[in-house]
Amino acid sequence: MAGAASWSFNENDFKQIQTHLQAFLRDSNARCALLVDRNGQLVATVGETPQFDPTNFASLTAADFSANDQLAKMIGEAEFASLVHQGERESMYMADVAKRVILVVLFDQRATLGLVKLKAKAVVGELNKVFEEMFNRVGSGQAQQKGLLEGAEDEIDKLFG
Amino acid sequence: MSMINYASREINCKLVYYGPGLGGKTTNLEHIYGKVSPNTRGKMISLATETERTLFFDFLPVDLGTIRGFKTRFHLYTVPGQVYYNASRKLILKGVDGIVFVADSQIERMEANVESMQNLYDNMAEYGYDLTKIPFVIQYNKRDLPNAAPIKDLQASLNPGWPIEEATRQKVAPDPAHPGENLVDKVGGEWVGRAAYHEAVAVRGDGVFDTLKAVSKLVLKTLS
Repeated sequence: MAGAASWSFNENDFKQIQTHLQAFLRDSNARCALLVDRNGQLVATVGETPQFDPTNFASLTAADFSANDQLAKMIGEAEFASLVHQGERESMYMADVAKRVILVVLFDQRATLGLVKLKAKAVVGELNKVFEEMFNRVGSGQAQQKGLLEGAEDEIDKLFG
Repeated sequence: MSMINYASREINCKLVYYGPGLGGKTTNLEHIYGKVSPNTRGKMISLATETERTLFFDFLPVDLGTIRGFKTRFHLYTVPGQVYYNASRKLILKGVDGIVFVADSQIERMEANVESMQNLYDNMAEYGYDLTKIPFVIQYNKRDLPNAAPIKDLQASLNPGWPIEEATRQKVAPDPAHPGENLVDKVGGEWVGRAAYHEAVAVRGDGVFDTLKAVSKLVLKTLS
């Protein structure tokens, strides 16, 4: 492999993801759910709009998850499929989706960790299916990307003035 | 691993600044942060020690503008340069789309440069990435210092070239940044490719945007 493979998702994928996450937020009473890819890029946000910079949040989430992955290996575990950071008022729960994406759930005292965990397990199952399907489309996805930026060099030159 | 979001019409790419400790990776990002309009960049975050040495990474998202109706977002990362932070350094390389190797031009740092370059090759290989096939640019930083090694020596140590085996690429490719020099050339009957390089004085900002522009172009070219 020359480099990392790209992936893309379309409007329909996005709607499916949103529908699953909205149902999850309703059932769990959590405030907000974010999907972050393992490289630190924000894929989707559903629920209350976060008050922080979501791009920075996404890069830190991915780094946190990756660091914990390595810690898991060091103690003889294949992975920590989920992580919890519990604060006095605000908490977050993170879970792996299809080995490529991280589900981050933000919740406060209105929700309980037990319920969040329980409901997250179900939604992770649904999201796994959506993402597996997306990754299986990689061939066609790349075909779409081919030519997407043809002739972009001149435009890049312009961007840098 | 660039991510194309057709729903929000965004292209997200990950660039990593690699190199030996105190070579100027964070300085590159700080300069970009200072010069780019706040509308087109996010906040810069630095996970650093109390003495401002990078502990995990620095991160700066920059929008380079719209191309073909897609917003192009580059996520710039640095790695900790110090040798003993290899575990966290390796994590940052995951999913990288383009690499900038920031070399410290000082003669005394030659060994550290070579060691870091070797470490980059090794870490990339562990992910199954081939450094000779992904967008890769070398920046020779600190060119203003009196003890800076000649470019020729730095190139010989850090950018000696790799064999080009694909027949389609076996043709002379001039280096747009250095007239008279080639990025792909025939040397003693063998086709050899080299990474593009740029000279810089990152504390003054010299060469910082040239480097960013060069690597960004290469990354976007992989999508065309």
